[in-house]
This record gives sequence, C-alpha cells and structure tokens, in this order.
Amino acid sequence: MSDDAAESDADADLPEVADCEETVHRLYHYLDGELTEDRRRAIASHLDDCGPCVEALDFESELRRVVADRCRDRVPDHLRDRVAQLIAHERVSRAHPAD
Amino acid sequence: MADQADFAAQAMDYMPSLYSAAMRMTRNPADAEDLVQETYLKAYRAYGGFQEGTNLKAWLYKILTNTFINTYRARKRRPEEADVEDVEDLYLYHRLGGGLSAVSGRSAEEEALDRFTDDEVKAAVESLPESFRLAVLLADVEGFSYKEIAEIMEVPIGTVMSRLHRGRRSLQKALAQYGAERGLVDVQPG
Repeated sequence: MSDDAAESDADADLPEVADCEETVHRLYHYLDGELTEDRRRAIASHLDDCGPCVEALDFESELRRVVADRCRDRVPDHLRDRVAQLIAHERVSRAHPAD
Repeated sequence: MADQADFAAQAMDYMPSLYSAAMRMTRNPADAEDLVQETYLKAYRAYGGFQEGTNLKAWLYKILTNTFINTYRARKRRPEEADVEDVEDLYLYHRLGGGLSAVSGRSAEEEALDRFTDDEVKAAVESLPESFRLAVLLADVEGFSYKEIAEIMEVPIGTVMSRLHRGRRSLQKALAQYGAERGLVDVQPG
C-alpha cells in the first residue's frame, strides 16, 4: 500500500503540466505541501486551466477545515487544575526528595 | 537543555489540542483525561532532555501518542486496517453531487459539508482503525508534516503516507454514511 511513496521515483518522467488524473490523485499531497517543487508546479499549472479540478480541490480543502474545526473539545476545568497540581507536587517532591 | 521551571508556561497552552486528540484516541472523557494527565507528568519528568528551540508541540504529541499506544492499544480490540476496503478518489465529493455542475464560487457540496454536526464528524474520525485515525488526526486536525508524523508515530514516511491515504478515504466513507442517514448524501450501492 505504499504506491504513493514509490511514485516519487517516477516523477522525472512526468509531464510539465499534470493531467486531471494526476491532479485528483495528488490533491492531498498538494494541500499538504508535500510534493516536490516540480510536481507542485505541474499541478498548479493544471489547476490554472481546469475548473472541475479547482472545484474538487476547494472541496477537499473545505473538508479538511471542517474536520479540524469540528474535532475540538473544551478542556474540563478540573483537568487543567489537576495537571497544574500534579506538576507543582512533582516539583516539590523533586526539590525535597527525602520528604 | 530546557529548564523544568519553564515547563508549565511553555506546555500548558497545548492542553486544548492534546485533550481533543486524546478524546479522539480514547473516545471517552475519563480515559482522555487520564491520558492527558499522564502525558503532562511524563513530559514534565522528561523536560530536562527536551531541546529548546525544537518543536515542543510535536514532542508533546509524541509522548501522548506513545502513552496512548502503550496504555490503550492492548485494552481494546478495534477494527483492523485490513478490514478497511479501498475507496476511490473524491468519494464524498461525488456522493454530495460534486463534479456534475459547472458553477463557480462556493459550491453546493461545500455547503453540504457545513451541515454535518460536530458529533457526526467526531464519530466519523473515531470510527477509523487506530493507526489511520492517528495519522489523520496528526495531519488534518493538528497540521503536522509527514516528517513530523513519522517521528511522532515512529514509522517510515512511506507508512505515514499510506495510512493517511487510506485513513482519509475511510473518513470520507464514514462521513458519507452519516450523511446518507440524514438524507444529505446520495449513497450509491457498493
């Protein structure tokens, strides 16, 4: 299942402007900022001219924003207090190991 | 070398994101609280070895992830990676009707995403097999790079990419299922 990792070896043979198939397949790597400069430019060039791929990119980007925003939980006050107390206690018991 | 006296000032600000990640990992508040507490205690004890100027958030996440794996992995049986079927590119986008009309601007598919509730998105993330869930959390919720995720999870970058690839697709499938239950998504058979 490491097809994506293996692809980097074959990048040298890829065209200067990506096609729809490559663009869709690598949308997440593009969004992640994890493509080689060569492929990033090739996909950016394709996106300049391809409305449907831009729509797909916008959707995936929005999906990621929605996932990140919705996966937030409020820290319970008692947890914050308990961690602060534990660290304070740890500091004291380290400073006075004989206690 | 970092000074332990600075620990609280430096590390406490990360608690909201660590707690949120702990909630997705353990899937219940009591375990998430224990996990965060244990993470801070271990981090405090090890803080003398933390290299100042390096990424404190990534360092805390590594302790959180290791503690989770060592404490909770053995306890619960979860769906295995092999149980996850492959899903095509743009799965959710197509289920929401994407690619059918040539409208510009904010699309109907993006509007549909906003109708998912917090609980649905959280449940979809929590439904992923553990290793996929961790990769998706670290990349898509916390914004770590592949290299940072590889260091946090102690796996090669190729493994990170493979887990992310499959995890994101599984997440889309899970969201499509929640969407279908509420009539937001047209789920075709198969």
